[in-house]
Amino acid sequence: MTNSPIVALHGTPAVAGGNAPSEICHSPLAPGGAHVRSVRDEFHGDLLEVSMGPHHPSTHGVFRMIATLDGETIVKLKPVFGYLHRNHEKIGENTTYLGSMPYTDRLDYLCSMTNNWAYALAVEKLAGQPVPERTEYLRVILAELTRLLNHTCLAGFLLQDTGASGTPLMYAFREREKILDLFEALSGSRMMCNYQRFGGCRVDASPEWLEAAKRLADGYNEFLDEYEALITGNEILMARTQGVGVMPRQLAVSAGITGPMLRAAGVDYDIRKVDGYGVYPRFNFRVPLGDHGDTYDRYMIRVLEMRESIEILRQAFAQLPSGPIMDPKAKIRGFKPKPGEAYGRIEGPKGEIGFYLISDGGANPYRYRVRPPSFINLTVLEDMCLGHSIADAVIILGSIDIVLGEVDR
Amino acid sequence: MLGIGLLKGLGVTAKNLVGSFHDPARLVTTEYPEQRTKLPENYRNFPFLVYDGTAAIDGLRCVACKICEVECPPQCIYIIPDRDEKGRPTKKPKVFDIDISVCMSCQICVEVCPFDAIKMDQQYEIAEADRFDRLLLKREALAKPNSYYQEIHPAEAAQVDAMLAEARRKADAKAKAAAEAAAAKAATAKPGAANPPTRPPAPSGSTPATAAMKPATAAMPEPAVPPVQPTQTPAENSATGNPVAPKTGTPGA
Repeated sequence: MTNSPIVALHGTPAVAGGNAPSEICHSPLAPGGAHVRSVRDEFHGDLLEVSMGPHHPSTHGVFRMIATLDGETIVKLKPVFGYLHRNHEKIGENTTYLGSMPYTDRLDYLCSMTNNWAYALAVEKLAGQPVPERTEYLRVILAELTRLLNHTCLAGFLLQDTGASGTPLMYAFREREKILDLFEALSGSRMMCNYQRFGGCRVDASPEWLEAAKRLADGYNEFLDEYEALITGNEILMARTQGVGVMPRQLAVSAGITGPMLRAAGVDYDIRKVDGYGVYPRFNFRVPLGDHGDTYDRYMIRVLEMRESIEILRQAFAQLPSGPIMDPKAKIRGFKPKPGEAYGRIEGPKGEIGFYLISDGGANPYRYRVRPPSFINLTVLEDMCLGHSIADAVIILGSIDIVLGEVDR
Repeated sequence: MLGIGLLKGLGVTAKNLVGSFHDPARLVTTEYPEQRTKLPENYRNFPFLVYDGTAAIDGLRCVACKICEVECPPQCIYIIPDRDEKGRPTKKPKVFDIDISVCMSCQICVEVCPFDAIKMDQQYEIAEADRFDRLLLKREALAKPNSYYQEIHPAEAAQVDAMLAEARRKADAKAKAAAEAAAAKAATAKPGAANPPTRPPAPSGSTPATAAMKPATAAMPEPAVPPVQPTQTPAENSATGNPVAPKTGTPGA
């Protein structure tokens, strides 16, 4: 074992001499770790290091996975990110509070509405700024539409990753386009909405817009039924995803995983319920939970969450009050909150999206920190992939639901 | 039975395939250069400068106050205020550049402008072969008439016009009162000797247009607004009125 291929590969003599396989399979939680070891003991095959990405269609952006393979089985996986790093937090410290709002659109560019909300919530907490009731409802409506949009995209991309090229993704994108049209009609931009303001939002939703949004929400179950008929019962999908990338509950909690990934592992934690921010306590909705924590659960959780989102949307449209959309005391220019700190978080489609701000009384935040759900959810990628084949790693990554704009910031 | 789910999925695609031959609602493709989808009124991409009347540069509403330059998050606006021969500011931009290769279409310049001078355009066919030639827009390229603004953002422009007409009416009334007071008080000609360099350009540059527009818009601000927001006029007014509250104050002041 002294001249083990691992040493040749990594050039780290420290590994030599020891029990090399156990060094490699360092995660006790890795499913199927024992399986890896037995194969290696028997054949002593060479390990192969494969660099997937940064330019690879399956990595959802510029993300790189350095996978060490034993045959087709992953024994080590090192995620490399930062290719899209653009100093988001430092820029936030050098622009005004309002100036950071359009930058938050560019974090998770599928969910700009929820990013806006999380940031506005943090600043409103910092400044003690109240929000009119109509805006609170509009925020819920837009956040739930964003959730529909994000989960629909995920369902499409996940299927694309399993090899169902095109069809499910096109079905998903057809619906996504309708939501983007709504966003465009309201905020002026499909993806970079820049809609929320501190103490309100920018433009009011017209009755025609609300009518169109209501129509979409009512018709969405129909789409989900069609989509589920298309793939949920599909045996190939089940074979590819069930039991693949299992994330134990304990690991999920200790790694700080949030959002659908955490709930797929069976942990009942939804910030909409826990914090009850905005007007969420007024709505009646359920939180779907998974049993196994595998990739299939993560897919199903999203589908079920979409159905709950539709319920929330229906209630929100029914309860939407009239009134102003901007607090009369809210300031657009010359906004300077008192010194202090605040952390605003919401349940974004991908997990807990939070903004931590420290104010020194100036026009810019002294510290501006983003808690990105994709980034923190990505940290368990290796634990989920160990012992699975390289093709499964692609699906597991797809089921985490990352957007590199947010991971790298 | 194994394979049932697969067949069900194939059934869905088959239904969609057949349906696309019968149901025109399923044919969602727009044949782009020949057909165009109608843009929503709120659609925005890059800013432009509004001018009143017919003279593009002289009629600019912009007073070169540099608020948008300061507030612009990616800092794509560059302004040099114009000065007359004595070195006093004429309240017009000498240079007003927007680098639209830097602009991120966030609309913050529009929100912070107290003079309704900068608005978002909807022109999207702006691809250029040269990186530097026509992506750095100068004052001349940015200036577009108010009629264009009314065309692309009708509801918003109606509100802005009503607000401006109201402000102008108040300012005129104030100036008239001041002039009468001055005339009654003392000498003949000059009402407020300090004012002429600052205020007269606006009335003189746009006399025909504003004279024609003033009675129309000032007479019907009530009907002009309600059709836009039928249910909640007071709410809408107070909401949008708030950020632009200085507008009614500043031009008159």
